[in-house]
Amino acid sequence: MDYATLLQILDSTLRLTVPLLLACLAGLFSERAGIFDIGLEGKMLVAAMTSGSVAFLTGSAWIGLAAGIGASLLWALMHGIASITFRGNQLISGVALNFLASGMTILVAQAAFGQGGRTPPLAGSARFNEVALPLADTLRGVPVIGPFYADVISGHSLLVYIALLCVPLTWWVLFRTRFGLRLRAVGENPAAVDTAGISVSRMRFTAVLITGVLCGIAGAYLATALQAGFGREMTAGRGYIALAALIFAKWRPWGALWATLLFGFFQALALRPDVVPIPVAALEALPYVLTVLVLAGFVGKAIPPRAGGEPYVKER
Amino acid sequence: MLKALFGATALALTAGSALADPALIYDMGGKFDKSFNEAAYIGASRWVEETGGSYREIEMQSEAQREQALRRLAQSGFDPIVMTGFSFADVLRQVAPEYPDTKFVIIDDQVDAPNVRSLIFSEDEGSYLAGIMAAMASESGTVGFIGGMDIPLIRKFGCGFAQGVVATNPDARVLVSWTGSTPAAWNDPVRGGELARAQIGQGADVIYHGAGGTGIGILQAAADEGILGIGVDSNQNALHPGQILTSMVKRVDNAVYDAFSQGEGLEPGTYVLGLAEEGVSVAMDEHNRSLVTPEMEAAVADATQKIIAGEIQVHDYMSDDTCPVAGF
Repeated sequence: MDYATLLQILDSTLRLTVPLLLACLAGLFSERAGIFDIGLEGKMLVAAMTSGSVAFLTGSAWIGLAAGIGASLLWALMHGIASITFRGNQLISGVALNFLASGMTILVAQAAFGQGGRTPPLAGSARFNEVALPLADTLRGVPVIGPFYADVISGHSLLVYIALLCVPLTWWVLFRTRFGLRLRAVGENPAAVDTAGISVSRMRFTAVLITGVLCGIAGAYLATALQAGFGREMTAGRGYIALAALIFAKWRPWGALWATLLFGFFQALALRPDVVPIPVAALEALPYVLTVLVLAGFVGKAIPPRAGGEPYVKER
Repeated sequence: MLKALFGATALALTAGSALADPALIYDMGGKFDKSFNEAAYIGASRWVEETGGSYREIEMQSEAQREQALRRLAQSGFDPIVMTGFSFADVLRQVAPEYPDTKFVIIDDQVDAPNVRSLIFSEDEGSYLAGIMAAMASESGTVGFIGGMDIPLIRKFGCGFAQGVVATNPDARVLVSWTGSTPAAWNDPVRGGELARAQIGQGADVIYHGAGGTGIGILQAAADEGILGIGVDSNQNALHPGQILTSMVKRVDNAVYDAFSQGEGLEPGTYVLGLAEEGVSVAMDEHNRSLVTPEMEAAVADATQKIIAGEIQVHDYMSDDTCPVAGF
């Protein structure tokens, strides 16, 4: 494998990592606040459909992004009402919302455009086009680092850089702000937070809505940046891989970046049978195998937030 | 025995007088997949326009529905019942003998039963023509094929394509990628787009897909990166005018139209629809006019003649699960 091939693979890695990363950070906020969310997949799907449709109708990728986030927020709100307000089972609520998203997206897209649950192809400003970072061409001549900067780091859509910036932002919010401390506390020991006079349900709702925003960006990235329109089931299980990455990352923001980069790298590697003679199926299974290993305690210990999955009941 | 005979006659009489409506079952992937199923829909719509008849249609949503759908249609007296896709073969083998008075038509697979018409397309021949065009359009000498789910039927597409490429340019390199090994591989445009970019990274400048809904992403990536794509099943030239070299068209529409027109009187048996029967072709229209050179057209016409005359034998992957060109 020569350097140019490696750069191509890393370029592909970055593109494939972004939806995983955004979904993983989304899950991080929710689960750190004690709400398990299997519905990342469904939220990404509704966001992809809505952003694809609205971007087509308005001709603006930004309005599409806003609409996608809006749709994802609606789904997040439903999950919040079911699992926080009504203290329902969080897993069941998530699964139900995934099914709802799977059916609704195709139904709505079909009713609106009559193209078999697809949204019409986007062009021009209705898509997030690739942006070249400053000095990309000037630095290309620098050995090793130049091509890496010009080919791998530069030349992606704006959403890629937004996603990468979300990692330090998430770290700062969770570990350096009062809000973050309370959010993590709600996921570990909600009773203590309640005693301190902070509303547990408000904290949890806020976390769930942040999850909605991040999933919305992930869905819009799929439909309006990577692809030019929504197609049925286009998330193809990325929400579930993100959950696996979350466990692998041990519920930490920087861990989420490395885990999703690793999973994205495996996915990119699986696209190049000429480079690695490993069967594609084996590479595709690797993220799950690694997650099982982590869960089994072979690679450090993955301890989920202590109050995760349990609805908070004030008094018994 | 006598009773059964009477029963059959009575049924035939009532069926004849009522003139049953035909039915059409779309496989997963959906009616408007811009591809295989949509071609069936177009054929059925043409029949409706010309005859004013009506038909029943069902879209499969899950694997488990196939048998139920078939039985329900047969019990309700629809005749003939047309189904698109090889996935119905196993179910049809069970169900067909139970409804001997109903005619079934299966596209893309063979079911041996006295009341079943099996339609098999020679995708290898059509893909061979697409391969000729790809080899002539390619400047880098590297072309790509991206399949959906890795199954023999799709290897048949790719193998025919590779043979056409190599016959035209013996030094050409044919890259082969697969989207996956589960039915989800038909609906992952994002992965399709990345696969296309990976092939472009290896030098491919014409990419042929046999990947259903995933192909939308493949053709999109090809258009984004400024290389040529080749569509499949339906005429996909209009998806990116001027950036899709051609489409390997399976005339599923004609197959459905014929079955509906012949109604209950259709002849069972296995039919192979190749170039000679005009069952497959490469699409030429205003959207790819600027890409097709006179030399290409001449080469395609020449190869078509030779294949029909038997001078060129395109190897069918499904006949022995091997391909004379490496990569499959």
